[in-house]
Amino acid sequence: MAIKVIHPGLATTVQDLGRPGYFHLGIPEGGAMDRLSLKAANLLVGNDEGAAGLEAVFIGPKLEFTRDAMVAVTGAEMPIKVDGVEQPGWTALAVKAGQVLTFDFLKGGARIYIAVSGGIDVPTALGSRSTYPIGALGGFNGRAIAAGDELPVGEARKATEGKSIPEALRRRPGMPAELRVVPGLYWHRISEQAGRNFFEDEWKVAPEADRMGYRFRGGRPLDFVPREQPFGAGSDPSNIVDSCYPYGSIQVPGGTEPIILHRDAVSGGGYFMIGTVISADMDLIGQMQPHTPTRFVKVDIGTALQARKDRAALLGQIKALF
Amino acid sequence: MPMRYSFGGDEHLFVECSEDMSLEAFFNSLSMTTGIKEAGIKGVTEICPANASFQIKFDPDVIHPDDVLSEVKAIEAAATKAEPVITTRIVEIPVFYNDPWTHETLMRFRERHQDPTGTDLDYAARINNYASVDEFIRAHSGSPWFVSMVGFVSGLPFMYQMVERKRQIQVPKYLRPRTDTPRLTVGHGGCFGCIYSVRGAGGYQMFGITPMPIYDPTQQTSYLKDFMVFFRPGDIVKFKPVDRDGYDQAVEDVDKGRFAPPIREVRFDLREFQNDIDGYNAKLEGVLNGH
Repeated sequence: MAIKVIHPGLATTVQDLGRPGYFHLGIPEGGAMDRLSLKAANLLVGNDEGAAGLEAVFIGPKLEFTRDAMVAVTGAEMPIKVDGVEQPGWTALAVKAGQVLTFDFLKGGARIYIAVSGGIDVPTALGSRSTYPIGALGGFNGRAIAAGDELPVGEARKATEGKSIPEALRRRPGMPAELRVVPGLYWHRISEQAGRNFFEDEWKVAPEADRMGYRFRGGRPLDFVPREQPFGAGSDPSNIVDSCYPYGSIQVPGGTEPIILHRDAVSGGGYFMIGTVISADMDLIGQMQPHTPTRFVKVDIGTALQARKDRAALLGQIKALF
Repeated sequence: MPMRYSFGGDEHLFVECSEDMSLEAFFNSLSMTTGIKEAGIKGVTEICPANASFQIKFDPDVIHPDDVLSEVKAIEAAATKAEPVITTRIVEIPVFYNDPWTHETLMRFRERHQDPTGTDLDYAARINNYASVDEFIRAHSGSPWFVSMVGFVSGLPFMYQMVERKRQIQVPKYLRPRTDTPRLTVGHGGCFGCIYSVRGAGGYQMFGITPMPIYDPTQQTSYLKDFMVFFRPGDIVKFKPVDRDGYDQAVEDVDKGRFAPPIREVRFDLREFQNDIDGYNAKLEGVLNGH
């Protein structure tokens, strides 16, 4: 009952919806960066929406199935092949024992989600199968998958071959990508002009973009409201006494390159933050490649809550298909 | 100074107890987070205390952010009046100062350091006005440290030195962070000490290494069988310098499952501590040594 890894891709990890409850000890919730895509893939193959699947970034893995399985690939646009024959994305695919799943080059987005009927059945660690490689926790032996691994798969449930999620229900970042941000946290540390510039400028995703955080470049540096640095904060004006970091919070070390913390966030540190990406837009970040032009859009909590409702409604529409 | 409240998007409430680090600020953070835990506010999913601030995460589908805010604010008055007394643990952690592994690493990243000609210990001793590295190590291991935050990654403790502010060791972080730090490095940045729980990137100055694992996801280590993370906010740490033989012996003991760090339960009263810091620390050390 296994999937054989012939080639692992770039950094392919087992992910589910994460392990909340341990951030106060520096263990992040983790889980799929693009949660909606993982949920959709799971529903297509008859799994609970939170079952563990594979998250592959930029390059897909090469996998051999040792038994018949229903498989679905969602998320980024990456041509899918079973034994060399191209297959549709966002669709339940019946794969036979001995067949091999491969991928061509990425065409859009950044991360694919591969769900298999029964889910990837690695042991849970602190209530989740998600891989947290920094802490060697969860997933397959606490690390990204490697050639030769055999991934255990759980008991399959009923699913319908060929079932598909319509284009209109798939969510992708625009061009430029727009991320909605609630200003706050240490927003008062930057000048009014810097605050305006941050939302006016076009930024680009930097190459340093992973599950821990996404760095951005290209906007004007932020200048600070002068102050005598508080005791214990450190000498740079962007330093604070080490505090917690919210998921989605935007820190700007030295005032130059904003970093948005994502699912594998460090839980705290000594850089000030100017606001937080709203929960409804976190999935989008998981689909942004380096160099993606990005605008930050200032919103209030009311708008954030409405966007969250809209996202839940979209998931509701997807669930209604099943 | 009143607490400062700010939302971190639609899922977090961030509360700064003080801009400056102090044990009073930490105790305010601790009594607030304890109060919030006890209040059992519906929809609150994570409560994370930090050095002089804290953060709570909530599910906005269950509770409106404004309601989280008002419930937390309602706790402030009582929490700030709470007695600054906790029952906690004091633990002795062996440290091999000036060890070959952090030395190799600091030499490898020397161009990222303020003082490329010396070591991190030379630099820290000099800018903190100690006559020698030995004297600096005596100061570092001479007083206890308060674990004022657990986090960054995988159970890493931030530790605040329990001496008057003017005696506290302060060092800047590396000019540019290293891409590598040995696991269990004892480091220091700003006014905070830390122990790197896992190998990885880091910007703190490196003083030594402990043989005592503080994070074990496999939970094989004898004292980490119940939970994979050793530290909790509020723990008190006393470093004990060991030499190479002591270090090697402890590593062997850890591997054989017989390493047992000395841990004692202790009551800590912030007011009594501040009335006589050295005297109080001597008492704490007495508890650790079983008298």
